[in-house]
Amino acid sequence: MAEKTPQLLDEVTIRFAGDSGDGMQLTGTQFTNTAAFLGNDLSTFPDYPAEIRAPQGTTNGVSGFQIHFGSVEINTPGDFCDVLVAMNAAALKVNLHGLLKGGSIIVNLDGFNDKNLKLAGYTANPLRDGSLSNYQVFEVDITKLTTIALQEMNLSSKLVDRSKNFFALGMMYWMYNLPLETTLHWINEKFGNKPDIRDANTRVLKAGWNYSETTEIFKVRYHVAPAKLAPGRYRNITGNQAAAWGLMTAAKKAKLDLFLGSYPITPASEILHELSLHKNFGVKTFQAEDEIAGITSAIGASFAGALGSTTTSGPGLALKTEALGLAVMVELPLVVVDVQRGGPSTGLPTKTEQADLLQAVYGRNGEAPIPVIAAATPSDCFNAVFESARIAIKYMTPVICLSDGYLGNGSEPWLIPKLENLPDIAPAFRTNPEGFLPYSRDEVTLARPWAIPGTPGLEHRIGGLEKKNLDGNIDYSPKNHDLMTHLRANKIAGIVNDIPLAEIEGDQSGDVLVVGWGSTYGAIRTAVQRHRLKGHSVSHLHLRYIHPMQKNVGELLSQFKTILVPELNLGQLIKILRSTYLIPAIGYNKIMGLPFQSEEIENKIDEILQGNKQ
Amino acid sequence: MSALITDIPVQSTSSTPFKFSSKDLQSDQEVRWCPGCGDYSILAQAQRIMPDLGIPKHKIVFVSGIGCSSRFPYYMNTYGFHGIHGRATSIASGVKLAQPDLSVWVVTGDGDGMSIGGNHLIHLLRRNIDVNILLFNNQIYGLTKGQYSPTSEKGKVTKSTPHGSLDYPFNPISLALGASATFAARTLDRDQKHLQSILKRAAEHVGTSFIEIYQNCSVFNDGAFFQFTDKEVKDDTVVFLEHGKPLLFGKEKDKGIRLNGFTPEIISLKDGKFSVNDLLVHNEKDTTLSFILADMTYHSNLPRPVGVFLSIERPTYEAEMQRQIEFYKEKQGEGIIEELLNSGDTWTIQ
Repeated sequence: MAEKTPQLLDEVTIRFAGDSGDGMQLTGTQFTNTAAFLGNDLSTFPDYPAEIRAPQGTTNGVSGFQIHFGSVEINTPGDFCDVLVAMNAAALKVNLHGLLKGGSIIVNLDGFNDKNLKLAGYTANPLRDGSLSNYQVFEVDITKLTTIALQEMNLSSKLVDRSKNFFALGMMYWMYNLPLETTLHWINEKFGNKPDIRDANTRVLKAGWNYSETTEIFKVRYHVAPAKLAPGRYRNITGNQAAAWGLMTAAKKAKLDLFLGSYPITPASEILHELSLHKNFGVKTFQAEDEIAGITSAIGASFAGALGSTTTSGPGLALKTEALGLAVMVELPLVVVDVQRGGPSTGLPTKTEQADLLQAVYGRNGEAPIPVIAAATPSDCFNAVFESARIAIKYMTPVICLSDGYLGNGSEPWLIPKLENLPDIAPAFRTNPEGFLPYSRDEVTLARPWAIPGTPGLEHRIGGLEKKNLDGNIDYSPKNHDLMTHLRANKIAGIVNDIPLAEIEGDQSGDVLVVGWGSTYGAIRTAVQRHRLKGHSVSHLHLRYIHPMQKNVGELLSQFKTILVPELNLGQLIKILRSTYLIPAIGYNKIMGLPFQSEEIENKIDEILQGNKQ
Repeated sequence: MSALITDIPVQSTSSTPFKFSSKDLQSDQEVRWCPGCGDYSILAQAQRIMPDLGIPKHKIVFVSGIGCSSRFPYYMNTYGFHGIHGRATSIASGVKLAQPDLSVWVVTGDGDGMSIGGNHLIHLLRRNIDVNILLFNNQIYGLTKGQYSPTSEKGKVTKSTPHGSLDYPFNPISLALGASATFAARTLDRDQKHLQSILKRAAEHVGTSFIEIYQNCSVFNDGAFFQFTDKEVKDDTVVFLEHGKPLLFGKEKDKGIRLNGFTPEIISLKDGKFSVNDLLVHNEKDTTLSFILADMTYHSNLPRPVGVFLSIERPTYEAEMQRQIEFYKEKQGEGIIEELLNSGDTWTIQ
């Protein structure tokens, strides 16, 4: 008999893994929404193959979804999982290394038949050869139980097969004492007009729950209490959704139409998808014929007075390079969101990496400075994009906002902001023809006036050729080019006066300062917290503003014996830190298409602390 | 954006606000094309017809790419955007979609429009965004000082093809029609009246208008089109397409084009064997016919067709975009950001 009172846990990590057609992303998302709705803090990590349907049953086709949830602060999707749900042999093979010793494996027995074992590359059945003796294995014939649950419904075998993920979900809901309501509600909404699918999924979800309740297969049941999050209203959000909403909110604040020119690219396409949904907000989305048309149409829209934006990933950013230079030259607002992926070239489209930093900061012909802002967590994509838009409009400049695949697809609870608490954005449209000069500048920001077509008396010409200071006519003279180059550089450099100072988490001086940027935030934060609990002198500085960098960064760095810079690249931020602040920072680099585990950073800090002692 | 535009106070104090003359369209910039360049005439004709279009000057935008022709916006005292190579069409698309009530013109060349910018050109045409494209075709790269272009005749000897070019040229009209253009026309820099009339037709057309303008490059490809513009010969080498009229040409108007199956051929009206009634009658609403006429272009035994090949109606992209926005505003109500952010499964922590 299972214990009536569930055992309390602070945090749990579960990984759902199966074939890419098994619906693992959906299963993980449903579990996430339920846990979030009950007030857990959480972080998720979808890990799926680039192929839409890789050969069934092979390791290439394995799709995984990891969720780390708890009653305590959760910063990462978890280094290792406590529970692995493996829908077939390949899923087990690919994911076993990520399971804690002593962890639980729930296998779908049908996925371990001879054919599946062979496809996964097993020569012996791992369920029978004792290789899993370090784990608790629960064998459930999910396929068969699903079929039985749906027996009377006379459904096609394909539909029956597609429902089996709900059986696994039902079991996990039982195991973690979670209610079915959130998912039942979703099924009703999603399949309301497809009663067959609605009823099948409902039935199978309940069957999975009931099976766990009655068969006593699981000896223990767990409960994770709600987390102590700051008061307010929350929802779960992915990075890409947050980026889309950040753009819409910025446009709303600025009272501008939002225009998105974009070409589909993994892992950024969801931003285009999300924005395309919101016609009733007047959002204009334009699926362009290529990356270049995406950005140039956005520049055209900005010229005409909209908030122009474009979304992409590394290869697309490379294609947009020349147009970025144009945007610098014509000094129009433009928000470019780069959801980074593994590179170079086509690289690893569905995997994460932070290797576009130098491309974003330096990757253009000529002196073409562009502000670069990086998001730290999925929900922070909202803030980072909003801030990018604020700067773009106020300083009449393109801004690159860096996200990555891990943030874009990952999710976490988000304290929904109140519109009135966000900074105002006031585009300075020029309307007065008196004394109008297209390249005159605001004394403080150095921004030029935004004079949009349709405004009487402000007819003027802009373009990519060097222009004369003030009147903007073509001018190749040496002194003018020198002046204009400096003006453009000073305008961007001056943004430091308009952004908050960088803040350290932990002590303001000490042995080790871990400096990160972007999606490594959670892993670094966790690693640093663990060291601090042990009494070690370790602090964390996470940079949001990559270019220009906040005024006090040099001062902050100078207060520590060792600067450690973990990055998912071969060392890009570190190059800037070394050359700007002349410090001997130490890099810690990982280029595996995967995020850092907190433990990896924790160990690296250990290594440094040990070294410092000697 | 429209809301913002209407907020702008009318500056003019005269009773006829925004009326302007051709002279008002001349910018303060010195025109720097080579002497004898066909671009001068095109600029002059454009400045001549603009005041008659009924569009205020501040609602007109000229967008260009890179090349000799792309300097055009600097000489036109309207709003102007000199873009990057090949991208005028996509910049113009963004301008028009953001502010559909602007009159947007693209100035491009055979290299800018069909080589580096070929992709954007065909997609603009199929989308039918209401933009007027002036493609200055001089069959050469001028600004880079004389390499062959995508419209240069095969075998062209240039700096980059000292032994003759190997590529077969694009026929711009066929390309535009193949990309589902709703308006495609050809005109000549030296035929001022015809050029003006075609520019006006393009301005009136709702949807993308594509105009190929034969333009003489006096330095690198001088005389490329003299056979179609010289008084002595042009009557015999050019056939003007006019809607509802037979394809008649020749100094004495004694020759014409008829269809033999789908193949155009010249017939003589002199010997009494054929009359005007035997000639092909142009119909600019006929898509199939437009392809046949466009295909006459590189047949050396046929006169060069000039005029409006096709002018048909199809909804514009921006109108459809606006229609979707209005439809969903009506259906779902004007979007409210706070509601969006608070939508879906939310929970409150006290």
